[in-house]
Amino acid sequence: MFRFIVRRLLQLIPTLLGLSILLFIWLRRLPGGPETAILGERGTPESRAAIRRNLGLDEPILIQYGRFMKRMLRLDLGVSTSTRREVTTEFLQRFPGTVELTVTALIIAIGVGIPLGYLAARKRGRFLDHASVGGSLIGICIPVFFLAYVLKAIFAENLNWFPSSGRQDPTIGATRVTNFFVLDGLLTREWDAAFDAIWHLVLPGIALASIPLAIIVRITRASVLEVLGEDYVRTAESKGLTEAVVRRRHVLRNALLPVATSIGLLAGSLLSGAVLTETVFAFNGIGAFVAESISNRDYPVLMGFIMIIALVYVLVNLLVDLSYSFIDPRVRVR
Amino acid sequence: MRASRPKVAIAAVAVAALAAAGCAESGRDGSSGNNKDTLVFGVAGDPKVLDPTFASDGESFRVSRQIFETLVRAEEGGTKIVPGLAESWEPDAAGTTWTFKLRSGVKFHDGEAFNAESVCVNFNRWYNSTGLMQSPDVTPYWQDIMGGFAKNEDPELGESLFKSCTAKDELTVDLAFNRVSSKVPSALLLPAFSMHSPKALEQYDASTVAGTATDIKYPSYAMEHPTGTGPFKFKTWDISNKSLTIERNDDYWGDKAKLKTLIFKTISDENARKQALRSGDIQGYDLVGPADVEPLAAEGFNVLTRPAFNVLYLAINQKGNPKLADVRVRQAIAHALNRPALVDSKLPPGAKVATQFIPDTVEGWSDSVPTYEYDVDKAKKLLAEAGASDLTLRFHYPTEVTRPYMPSPKDLFELLSADLQAVGIKVEAIPLKWSPDYLNATTSGSEHDLHFLGWTGDYGDAYNFIGTFFDRPKDEWGYNNKELFDLFAKADTTPDMAERAEIYKELNKKIMEFLPGVPISHSPPAIVLGKDVIGVTASPLTDERFFTAEFKS
Repeated sequence: MFRFIVRRLLQLIPTLLGLSILLFIWLRRLPGGPETAILGERGTPESRAAIRRNLGLDEPILIQYGRFMKRMLRLDLGVSTSTRREVTTEFLQRFPGTVELTVTALIIAIGVGIPLGYLAARKRGRFLDHASVGGSLIGICIPVFFLAYVLKAIFAENLNWFPSSGRQDPTIGATRVTNFFVLDGLLTREWDAAFDAIWHLVLPGIALASIPLAIIVRITRASVLEVLGEDYVRTAESKGLTEAVVRRRHVLRNALLPVATSIGLLAGSLLSGAVLTETVFAFNGIGAFVAESISNRDYPVLMGFIMIIALVYVLVNLLVDLSYSFIDPRVRVR
Repeated sequence: MRASRPKVAIAAVAVAALAAAGCAESGRDGSSGNNKDTLVFGVAGDPKVLDPTFASDGESFRVSRQIFETLVRAEEGGTKIVPGLAESWEPDAAGTTWTFKLRSGVKFHDGEAFNAESVCVNFNRWYNSTGLMQSPDVTPYWQDIMGGFAKNEDPELGESLFKSCTAKDELTVDLAFNRVSSKVPSALLLPAFSMHSPKALEQYDASTVAGTATDIKYPSYAMEHPTGTGPFKFKTWDISNKSLTIERNDDYWGDKAKLKTLIFKTISDENARKQALRSGDIQGYDLVGPADVEPLAAEGFNVLTRPAFNVLYLAINQKGNPKLADVRVRQAIAHALNRPALVDSKLPPGAKVATQFIPDTVEGWSDSVPTYEYDVDKAKKLLAEAGASDLTLRFHYPTEVTRPYMPSPKDLFELLSADLQAVGIKVEAIPLKWSPDYLNATTSGSEHDLHFLGWTGDYGDAYNFIGTFFDRPKDEWGYNNKELFDLFAKADTTPDMAERAEIYKELNKKIMEFLPGVPISHSPPAIVLGKDVIGVTASPLTDERFFTAEFKS
């Protein structure tokens, strides 16, 4: 198990290296640079040249890349060209928001998706089955930003049940500790702040959960159906185990393996969905920030972001692989 | 027993959370709550920096205009300069040294007194900038207005317009300049010339722009400790929640702010700002979409329309296509465009067709410039005369952007491109993302035959408009017109305002004869406030001051 983890972590090195080279070259191939974004309409050829010089962008690309790598080895991501703050600082301010949002979405997707998929399989061909299969089809088809707008228009703008934007009401003046607002509220015992942060998570969480939820419902349903037809289930039933035990020990446990795999893969799509959700709800996370950084040609932010995302993605999938052995004792990681 | 594992995990997390709960202290003062003295205003972007010396973006200026004050300022709701921290000012006979009489009894937020000495500390700080402080993106407006520094480190920088500052007595200060300029004193109303507390500047290393050349970092003064004399004081900048909080300065020298707390909350999406206003998250926002102006007003929100202080133009580049160097072709393009129809159908109420590149509220606007009315036949005739009947033009337009002078570029493009096709000009559409692709393509190289750009004025002098566009050769236009450039140099150094205005009129005429591009419109941007928010006056310079804002009781 230990060797397995080490090996997977070592695989990260060539992945990150290759990715960084590709991205580094590709970013600099795009027309325009940070100097254009910084100066806007006010740019003159001279002022643009001066900024390029200051940012070291007039040097050969190899030298620029060497500087980038030297810095990466010290775990220094550099300074954002648009906000002039350390990229690490920027990420620490914004990653917690995205994590809160994706975790909320995952909780909704898993918490609703697995039971619903399971029930749909058990009630195969009945109304609930058709409803959840049909519903999940809609869930996959509706673009996230559209759903986000609809949810906002109904529940925030018209009914006023939920706030329409942001992570927390700024008038609360909450204390920041970790920048995970819910956690901060609990830590500082500012219960109203924690509650307000949760309240702000509901609509974006639902919007972001829609696609994963639909996928989890379908995979769970298919997987449960398959397991229900297995010999060992019939054996378990015929040897007189109660239905509850059969369901828990034999059906659900075996059916969850493919579901767990898909959740690992969904983590990636959740992040891209987060870009749209964050923009619509003015939710300050990493997604909206990176989208802006592309317009700003903020090279350090984009490089740092891709490096971190690749890292997170590999780690999440590592966790998923490890969870197989928990769900299915037959799987032994080596 | 395996089944109990999750329970153990949950219990462990719960214990850890409880243990951690003792570690963090709430930092709240507990005084929040009353909604009638707190206004949350939605803005499109985070400010870049809190020291306006380093800023060039409207959001930074919006914040610094509440915290800081300048020697002169714009009249409320206009562009004329009126007393700010200086009560009066006058030039010497040569027009190069200006004497400012300062207001007495003014204190900075840290309790330091404002006086002639502090004015000099501020001007000398800018003038003596070294190293990264001389980068054009670090001190953009100082360089734009003053041109250079005490010791220029980049040979391309010019001689500084500013020469020296002398404190004559406690409340009298002389600012000396190296030459007469149209920029003095009007440009001194810019937030870049805000007065900072000398003590705070020193304490928080305000002039140390650190880092290596590749990563410029602003000093802590500019990020956490802005200290001015304004009606509001900086409180917190919560980057993780995209909100910036300022509060009333109870020691302000003038009328104190009616609001206790003013919060700027960033909501970058235009629709999201509108929805946040409707759902009550915010009590006002800026950059209202032109299509939203009437619906919001009908719903009872306070929609304030700023006098138009901008210009949208269609630029013509003479380098990429030799036919465009022929003035008859440019005239044909101008005659082909149905600008009144465009202004009526696509721009917000109150927008006007532009006859020249400055709005009529600026001195130097001329009522006798050549005009180019919509005339398809004339356009065709001019094209035929110039032998350009089979002209194909690359027409650039930006996507995903709203500028105060240009609400929906794609719609504008479609109308104008149809107009051009009607006179037989073939149009190759080149849509580009505003930043940076579009800005890059239209202001460098010569691949762009036609494109939209515009300008919102910084202060009330014609040079700020036409000088910015036309006073030297630029890739945007691709021409070299020495006569025009020389006339600009003359205008800039003419001390007498009336005389200068005459030269501006002359310039506007010459520009419209030469027709480097077609001015399209001046369109009034709107700002919206909650149904019960009163006291804010819309400013053409987007210089809205919130200290007069209050909730109707």
